[in-house]
Parts: sequence; C-alpha cells; structure tokens
Amino acid sequence: MPELVVQLTRAGFLALLWLFVLAALRVVRSDLYAASGLKVDVPHFRKKPQPQKAGGGKSPGKLVVTHGALAGTRIALDGRPILIGRADDSTLVLDDDYASTRHARLSLRGNDWYVEDLGSTNGTYLDRAKVTAPLRVPLGVPIRIGKTVIELRP
Amino acid sequence: MNRPLGVGGREPEAATTNPGGAAPATRRGTELLMLAFATVIMTSALVLVDANQEQELTLAIVWYGLAYLGIFAAAHLAVRRWAPYADPLILPCVALLNGIGLVMIYRIDLALAERATQVGRDFSGVAPRQVLWTVLALALFLGVLTVIKDHRTLTRYSYTFGLIGLVLLALPAALPSAISEVNGAKVWIKFGFFSLQPGEFAKILLLIFFASFLVAKRDLFTVAGKRVLGVELPRARDLGPIIIAAGVCLSIFVLQKDLGPALLFFGVVLMLLYVATERFIWVAVGLSMFGAGCVLAYSLFTHVEQRVANWIDPLETYDEPGGGYQVAQALFGLGTGGVMGTGLGAGRPETVPEANTDFILAGIGEELGFIGLGAVLMVYLLLGMRGMRGALAVRDTFGKLLGGGLAFALVMQVFVVAGGVTKLIPMTGITSPFLSYGGSSLLANYILVALLLRISDAARRPQPQARQRPQQQQPPIAEAHTVMVQAPSGGGTGVPAPDPAAPSRPSNGAGAAPGPGPATNPGPPAPLNGAEQANANSKASSNEPGTEGESKA
Repeated sequence: MPELVVQLTRAGFLALLWLFVLAALRVVRSDLYAASGLKVDVPHFRKKPQPQKAGGGKSPGKLVVTHGALAGTRIALDGRPILIGRADDSTLVLDDDYASTRHARLSLRGNDWYVEDLGSTNGTYLDRAKVTAPLRVPLGVPIRIGKTVIELRP
Repeated sequence: MNRPLGVGGREPEAATTNPGGAAPATRRGTELLMLAFATVIMTSALVLVDANQEQELTLAIVWYGLAYLGIFAAAHLAVRRWAPYADPLILPCVALLNGIGLVMIYRIDLALAERATQVGRDFSGVAPRQVLWTVLALALFLGVLTVIKDHRTLTRYSYTFGLIGLVLLALPAALPSAISEVNGAKVWIKFGFFSLQPGEFAKILLLIFFASFLVAKRDLFTVAGKRVLGVELPRARDLGPIIIAAGVCLSIFVLQKDLGPALLFFGVVLMLLYVATERFIWVAVGLSMFGAGCVLAYSLFTHVEQRVANWIDPLETYDEPGGGYQVAQALFGLGTGGVMGTGLGAGRPETVPEANTDFILAGIGEELGFIGLGAVLMVYLLLGMRGMRGALAVRDTFGKLLGGGLAFALVMQVFVVAGGVTKLIPMTGITSPFLSYGGSSLLANYILVALLLRISDAARRPQPQARQRPQQQQPPIAEAHTVMVQAPSGGGTGVPAPDPAAPSRPSNGAGAAPGPGPATNPGPPAPLNGAEQANANSKASSNEPGTEGESKA
C-alpha cells in the first residue's frame, strides 16, 4: 500500500475506535437519569407520600405481635431493619424458647418489607412457607418465629 | 441513600424505573446499533491487517464481517428475548473486544506463519480455533441466559458451587502431569484435541459462593463477635467457611505456581468483604496480609523472586532463562508503537513471546499505539462500569454483591495483565478477558457476561409488584383493644416506647432504660447494613462513646 494510505487508514482506524468509545459514553449519558431506579424517584417522593400519610396508605406502618408472650406489642416501622431474636440488642426481643438468639430480620427494600431468616434453629415461617431466602412480606400475612406470630399492619 | 423516614415509605411506582407508567426503554435498538458499529470496526481492522500484510483482499472478508455480525446478532436476539431490560452497552463492548482479539490473533498467526515458512516448518494458525471457541462461548452464553432466569436462584446452590469450584481448582494439581501440564503450568485438563483451564470456571463458581455466603452471614459479621481494638471481629464459626475456602484457593494457586489468578482471587474476596460489611478494616487487614504474603512468597519461592527481578529491571535479566526477556520485548513493542502505533498489520508483535495470550496488549499497543490501547482500556472500563451500575441498581443484596464482584473481577484482571505488560506491577501469567487466545478464558468470561446481563436486566426491569400492590386488600384493623401506636416524633424516631401494658421486654431490650433508647437514635438509616441499628444498641449499652452510630442525644 502507498505510504499515504497507510498513514490515513492508521489514523482513521484509531478515530473509529474512539468514536465507538464516545458513542458508548453517549449511551451512558442518556442512560444516567433513566432506568436506574435511583434517580427517578426523587421528584416522586416529594409529591406522593403526603396524601399517603394523611389517608393511611397501604404500605406497612407497624409491626404487630399477634400471638405469643409478647402479643399486643407494636413497633412502628421507620425504614430501618428490624432484628428479631432473643439477643438483648434485637429490635424485638423475644422471650421464647423456640427462637434463636438472632432469629430473623425484617428489612425495607424499595417499598416492600422483606423477611430473612438469620440461620435460626427452628426456622421462620411466612404464612405456611419456610423462609429460606428473603421473602416479601405482604400486609397482614403472619410471620411465625417459634411461638411468636407477627404481622405487618398499615 | 436517603430513605424517607416517615411511616409507610414511598408510593409503589416511586421505586420502579418508569415514573410515567409507560414501559421503560429496553434500549435493545441501541445495543444492535452499537453491535453493528463494533462489526464495522472489526471488519475494517481485518481489511487493514490484510492490506498491510500484503494478503489478497477478497470478498471473504465481507463474509467474515457478516458472520461476526451474525453470531452477535444471535446473542442480541437472545438478550432481546430472555433479558430484554439488560444493559445495552455490555454486549457491544464485549463484541468489540472479542473482535479486536480475533483480528490480533489472526494477525499474529500471519506473522508466525511467515516466520515458520522461512525456517521451513509447518504452522497451523490458532485463529480458526479461537473463532470456534467464540461460537461455543456464545452458545454457552445463551445457555446461561436461558437457564438462569433469575440470578437469585443461584443462592440455592451456593455451597455446591463453592465445592465444585474448589474441586475444579484442585483437579489439575491432583491429576498426573501428562494430562494437566502445558508449558510447565499445571492448570490444564487435556481432553484429546482440546484442553481447558478449569480454574477460569472455578473463579465464577467461587464468586457465586462467596457472594451468597456473605449475604447470608453479613449481619452476623457485624453484630455477633468480640470487640478488639474498637472493631467488631466476627466469630470464627461465622467466618470459618470463607477463610477455609480462600485459604485453600490461595494455597492451590501457590502450589500450581500460578500467581496471576491468586492475585485476582485475593483482590475479589477482599472487595466482596468490603462491599458486604462496609468496613474499611477488612481492606486494611487484607492489604497487610497481602503485604506479608508477598514478602513471604518472595523469600520462599524462586519464581516469585525472578518475577520481581524481571520487574525491577527486565534488561538486566534479559538473557537469563525465565528472565526479563518477555517483559522487555513487550516494552520494546509498546515503545515501537509510540503514541499513534505502527498501524494494524504493519508492526512486528510476534517478536513478543506469548503474543496472542498474555502479551496481546503489547501487540495492540505496538500496532495501535497509546491512543488505540487507551481506547481498548476505555472499553474495558465501560464494561466494568456498566456491570457495577447494574449491581448498584439491582434490588437484592446477592445481586449487588455478585454483580459488583463479577465486574470487579473483570476490571481487576485487566489491571493485573495491563500492569504486568506495562511494567507497573510484576508480570503474572494471566489472560486479558475476551482479547487473548484461549478457550477456557473465553467460555468463562462469556458466562460472566451472561450473569452481568442477567443482573442488569433484573435491575432495570420494572417491578411487577408495582401494579399488584394497589389492588391488595387492606386487612381490617383487628384487635382494637391493643395498644396505641405512638407516632414517630422527629426524623429518625423509630421504635416507640413500649406500652406499659405490654409484657416484659417488648422491644429493644433497652425498653426499661430511661431516656431515649438506642433505637430512637437519629442516626442515619442504613438500608443495606441491617446490623447498624443493633450495633448502635450494643455500643450504647456497653457505654463506649465515639462511634458514628452512637446516640447523639
């Protein structure tokens, strides 16, 4: 090939490579605010939660112990995870021989509360199903831990 | 990560990716466009190589280009079908890297064939085999994408994966050298006409194991354990499996004299620990262990000493067996390329040993120069970035850890190999993902990409619950006689003071304590680290002030 063509193609190919990188960066840029799940909710949570609080929305607002020694206890949910177990530093301290020291954990992901078993001896049950992986907890569905039953209420 | 603290959280749609209710863009069109662009680059690279090597320019090149586009279009269609919301950039970046790698391998084949004919020997190129491996790898990619519909199912088999990974790692060392040794490295399993490096697959399996193990035990790490020097050390039984697995892996690598994977593996485990626990102490402990290990390895193993000597001055050990010849040749190549490179097909990358595997980056640096090598590294960076982004946006902790770990493993591998070639760090034998010749590396990396796509698909997919939620029946408020709920006062007030009527120790364990209990700390909510709150509790009860989670009251 003539020298000039070699030089031109050499530079041209490098330009092509960087064009690809730039095109990819354009995609990244256009993608920054969409479809991330991180950014989009900012304008929303200013608008929406207000009527929700007033009208008593449908998302869980408290955790209620329905059976067991602690029946009647309520814990307001504020977004922080709830540790359940016999350990003194749990959020809900169970006095239950069938519960483990660190039995289960409820945590908020997005708008949903998930129950997670922390390797307990006797297991955690959501309704009738044994909790092996984090499971979403719908409103009013009982979670059984030893002799204690809790559920989420609005 | 500020969450609204009030009761109830956000509206259902708020967390989804489509605020307007319209279907979010899947961006598959963008992906196809970028794939076409990658094809153009790959085809023109092929044309340039052939032109500069004075090969006949035939229509065959067009067919190669079309075939390349065809196989990636098939991958694209599969993504469209089985992971429609996956990241639009991951596949094109992989396609470009793979294409450049194929062209470079073909180009080095040409040079080696020429050299072989001069000496009068037969030479069979490896490029056709690499094409075959690419097709196989894409088939595997499709397989993974179709079989694993949800990355969370992987957690069910975590211990199995961990065990298989360890066995795969140890297998070549245990097998007789006749079927496991190639060029002095006992990391292969030979099956007649082809051979595999099981370690490449073990990497991914072990990563899955570590990620799901850490997700399961994360809380115990930070909650239960002794405090030493102000740091909560996890109990041995919680940390045991990971220490055993990591120790076994590292010792296997050391026994196999395979330093690159050991470095990679160590880095990835450290990163996973850091991401899972959010404690910098792990990085500090890991790095100091790494430093100690380096000193130990340096004094114990001659090959480590040799590598370091080659790194400090490759020219001094240039003539020694196993000396700095390789690194020096790579540096000469990079120097020849300079800023603009010699042009594709116009350099002499074959003078670098292992030019199509470990030192392929040196060949690219020679023919495309600093600018071209920079572009290639940028593509790697984009790939890693998109993987990390998927990991950040995905909702489940396992996905976060796995995605982050996979993306980090990819970037770390590039760092180790590029650093070795450019003499930033001592050279360790490791392939550059997607570029280098090597079936196992390609297969394993395509599995990795399939998992990344799966995670990014889960991250960007609109949540189905968003539509179901509003229809859900609100249960009647039963038990009207039960206690009043104290409204949370102020920002972070979480657990109300226990009602006196409630039985003993109703909540928090500190319910009887006067003043604001630890649970009412106005500390930052920690959605990821569930142990934070309980942690603050234990700190408060043991009266050790001065930590961030401490009560400000």
